[in-house]
Amino acid sequence: MSRQPGPPLWLLAELTYRCPLHCVFCFNPVDFALHRDELGTEEWLRVLNEARTLGAVQCGISGGEPLLRDDLEIIVGEAHRLGYYTNLLTSGVGLDEARAARLKEAGLDHIQLSFQDSTQEVNDFLSHTRTFELKERVAKRIKEHGWPMVMNVVIHRLNIDHIGRIIEMAADLGAEYLELANAQYYSWGHLNRDQLLPSREQLVRAEAITNAWRARLGERMKIFFVVPDYYEGRPKKCMNGWGNVFLTITPDGLALPCHTARMLPGIEFPNVRDTGVREAWYDSEGFNRYRGTAWMKEPCRSCPEQENDLGGCRCQAFMLAGDAAVADPVCSKSPDHGVVEQTVAHAQQNGPTAQPLVFRNPRESERLARPF
Amino acid sequence: MNADSRPVVNSHFRLQWEKTQQAWVLLYPEGMVKLNGSAGEILCRCDGSRSIDGLVAELEAAFAATGLRNDVVAFLDHAAQQRWVRLA
Repeated sequence: MSRQPGPPLWLLAELTYRCPLHCVFCFNPVDFALHRDELGTEEWLRVLNEARTLGAVQCGISGGEPLLRDDLEIIVGEAHRLGYYTNLLTSGVGLDEARAARLKEAGLDHIQLSFQDSTQEVNDFLSHTRTFELKERVAKRIKEHGWPMVMNVVIHRLNIDHIGRIIEMAADLGAEYLELANAQYYSWGHLNRDQLLPSREQLVRAEAITNAWRARLGERMKIFFVVPDYYEGRPKKCMNGWGNVFLTITPDGLALPCHTARMLPGIEFPNVRDTGVREAWYDSEGFNRYRGTAWMKEPCRSCPEQENDLGGCRCQAFMLAGDAAVADPVCSKSPDHGVVEQTVAHAQQNGPTAQPLVFRNPRESERLARPF
Repeated sequence: MNADSRPVVNSHFRLQWEKTQQAWVLLYPEGMVKLNGSAGEILCRCDGSRSIDGLVAELEAAFAATGLRNDVVAFLDHAAQQRWVRLA
């Protein structure tokens, strides 16, 4: 890599892997329960400071459920003071009136609220909790405090046919943005992939309904619809490039180029407990491993599209082809593309799958004890 | 949009100078627009206190230029369309 990389403009602070929900598509590592040693308040404040000095300006505060941290207000307050735009990514569980008021006072700029579905039954089933009514109340509270609201609904086979109602609900609750994020098949989503990957017919119908709602709502609510890359044929430019703009800090202090990269074997990512953020971003072997294009093998190495997609996602290459340095198998030029085609073919069948859904919880996590 | 309109950056956006990028940026939920030099100079004056006439006069004075009105209005039209600004 000859060119000096730019600064990490986006900092994702994953404050905790703990979560009151048990979502079947969670992207926290499957073995999250084995990583319990969370950074303390002072360590987070130092990370915020160092990343801001480097140029980070968007700060996502995530988890797990970040509201489980008692020091959330202190962390948000410091991020605000440093000049970050602060985004809280939450399930809403724990966002009572007192905490909402304290977060407002601390300078929180925006809340992204996740919903699982437009109906209580599916929402509560998919999160394995009774949270639907609570989320509706929280959405109202967010609006009362004057925050802009992004509603995030992970879309998959079990809720995609409700997409019209989901959009209607988001508009009724006053969301400025709605992210209809098709499940990404990492971590718990990968475990449950056969139950979650929609059929092509479901996708086509959902996109048509979404477009009709876009026309109807106009500028009132911006709707993002992200197609699952298994259906794209072309890989995504994952994280806008490895170590390019995006920096994740895990609850236990690992600095990563994306929130799932800790699954990759043979890469030692730096920990902010003993490495400064600048050193981690610019100098660590982990961040430099897949920067740019020099690491590529064929077919990426001679591909005219290599700069557009940078070979896709390293985690997906590892999960589906067993090697993080090969082309992302969702690419139709990948020699491993058959794996994706098989999965997609399976998703066109209607019958129920034999395997039950695996809900994310500490017990399953300890039982499975593997990264993805 | 007329000469008396007073453009102001919408409350769901935050405009700020970023030293490391040497640019004005607009921040919003999970996103950022990096503004080019002239867009930044216009937007940082959109605080609701200046009319478009006042804005043009100030920019022409600051950059010792004339005839900026069309460019300023065209940019503000674009900015209003993107909902970066509204007219106070």
